Amino acid sequence: MSARHRHPLLMPLLLLLLVLAACGSVTLGAVPISPERMLAVMMGGGDDVARAILIDLRLPRMLLGLLVGGMLGLSGAALQGYLRNPLAEPSVLGASNAAALGAVCAMYFGLAQMHLLALPLLAILAGMIAIGGLFLLAGPSESPLTLILAGIAIATLAGAGISLSLNLSPNPFAAMEIMSWLMGSLENRSYAHVLTALPCVLVGAALLIADGRTLDALTLGEDGAQALGVDLKWARLRLMLGVAIGVGGAVAVSGSIGFVGLIVPHLIRPLTDRSPSAILLPSMLGGAALLTFADIGVRLIPTTSELKLGVLTAMLGVPVFLVYLMRERRLW
Amino acid sequence: MVTVRTKEMGVHLGRHAAVRGVTLDMPPGQLVGIIGPNGAGKSSLIRAMLGLVRLSAGSVAINGRDVAALSRQEIARHIAYLPQGQTLHWPLAVERLVALGRLPHLGPLSRLTPADEALVDAALARADVLHLKGRIATELSGGERARVLLARALAVGAPALIADEPLASLDPGHQIDVMELLSAEARSGALVVTVLHDLGMAARYCDRLILMDRGEAVADGPPMQVLTRANLARVYGIDAWIGEEAGRPVILPLSRV
Repeated sequence: MSARHRHPLLMPLLLLLLVLAACGSVTLGAVPISPERMLAVMMGGGDDVARAILIDLRLPRMLLGLLVGGMLGLSGAALQGYLRNPLAEPSVLGASNAAALGAVCAMYFGLAQMHLLALPLLAILAGMIAIGGLFLLAGPSESPLTLILAGIAIATLAGAGISLSLNLSPNPFAAMEIMSWLMGSLENRSYAHVLTALPCVLVGAALLIADGRTLDALTLGEDGAQALGVDLKWARLRLMLGVAIGVGGAVAVSGSIGFVGLIVPHLIRPLTDRSPSAILLPSMLGGAALLTFADIGVRLIPTTSELKLGVLTAMLGVPVFLVYLMRERRLW
Repeated sequence: MVTVRTKEMGVHLGRHAAVRGVTLDMPPGQLVGIIGPNGAGKSSLIRAMLGLVRLSAGSVAINGRDVAALSRQEIARHIAYLPQGQTLHWPLAVERLVALGRLPHLGPLSRLTPADEALVDAALARADVLHLKGRIATELSGGERARVLLARALAVGAPALIADEPLASLDPGHQIDVMELLSAEARSGALVVTVLHDLGMAARYCDRLILMDRGEAVADGPPMQVLTRANLARVYGIDAWIGEEAGRPVILPLSRV
């Protein structure tokens, strides 16, 4: 049965892309390092400059690209399945905006300078508070609409908070710092960031990846799914916690990176039988590969200051919308 | 074998009392038709039997056990449910859709076994849609889709089946096919409960009819006893010609009273 869920070459292809992205992320960058020097570092030797660049800069950056991208792709796929809406993406529950607000607060109040992890930890805390708010607002109903409305309320509130911090920021440089963080980047991240994001992503992914069958059953609507033995209240709880923890952790270390969670499931879906369960794992792998490739892109595209990751992924998102629009209008 | 009993059951949708004081005993081997005008509480009644809505009064028991105390999966294994309408949120292939019927029998990580696949094929065959295998369910005609969804409910292989308006959007031939199939299920020992709008079909095939009016079960018995001119005038507000064919009533609605 499982062989028919997906195109037989989909998973091998995604794994290949993942390996290529990971290798590219370590080997490509602003400072060229010759293959001999890389090999020396991999063997445990090598010169200090090459070691510092490869091990301390590029390797954590690559790991974060995989973690953040994988979480965004998986969350997007799970949310699209749960909400039965192909335009759903990880930010729909408001957790990513809330996490961004937490990070912005850390910058605004100067906590970010006091400790390297003050910003990501505050972002995760804000994401957790947002889940609490989501529970209170959405209530126990099974309808996806209440969840969307509650998510929009939280996202709007967090967005207002971010705008307020820009509005009240004491000087243009502080505002610029916040703006720049909000655009999303994996620049200058350390293993501390990897270790902050890792548990969040692991917990979040574990909560989401096991719910494929529930999402499949929801093809028949809420009554249909429940009559097939699905306990929607628990499914909804797992989904909310999984997205909020995972995406909160991802945003905390990378800033707001949109569209990965939206695009990737759409790229994967045509290569599967279109059941929600079939796209979960591939979307995770695809998201990891896509974000890591995008991160290589921002390093290699020559601009005066490094291009921000969120800007590039937003640009990638536009063609996907256009293709959808053209299909709806039957132009293509 | 499944018996469903309701006792003084009430359901509120918001402030509106959709079902009031309904007491029913549904033993196995019966084809039970639930009839009544729009908004009479038919769908709420069967949703309550499945534990899909919270009761505001009374109780529902499946094989003597309170529905509220049963897990979703236990209910799902006892009663297959074909909801009203043809909601399909993703363009799944027909066989994938019908295979969803096996979900109540799968463990959290187990896959469909060849036995499950055989049951899926059998369900497709019984609903006369085996030839639609490989087609995308959302691209089928209304009638084909209705039968595929019926196959999905049959694939559960539960000892009871509750179907909400299974004849909607079917042509007369396929309406007869579906009623024959539901009747055969009941003959083989299943409890089959179905909401019907077509009084002719209800009269011809059901062993027992429950007439709902404004949330209450106002008549319950063999079609001949339930489908009287007085009942039809009172509940539906119609005058109907009632004939007889092979011991069963034939109903022809004529006019409003």
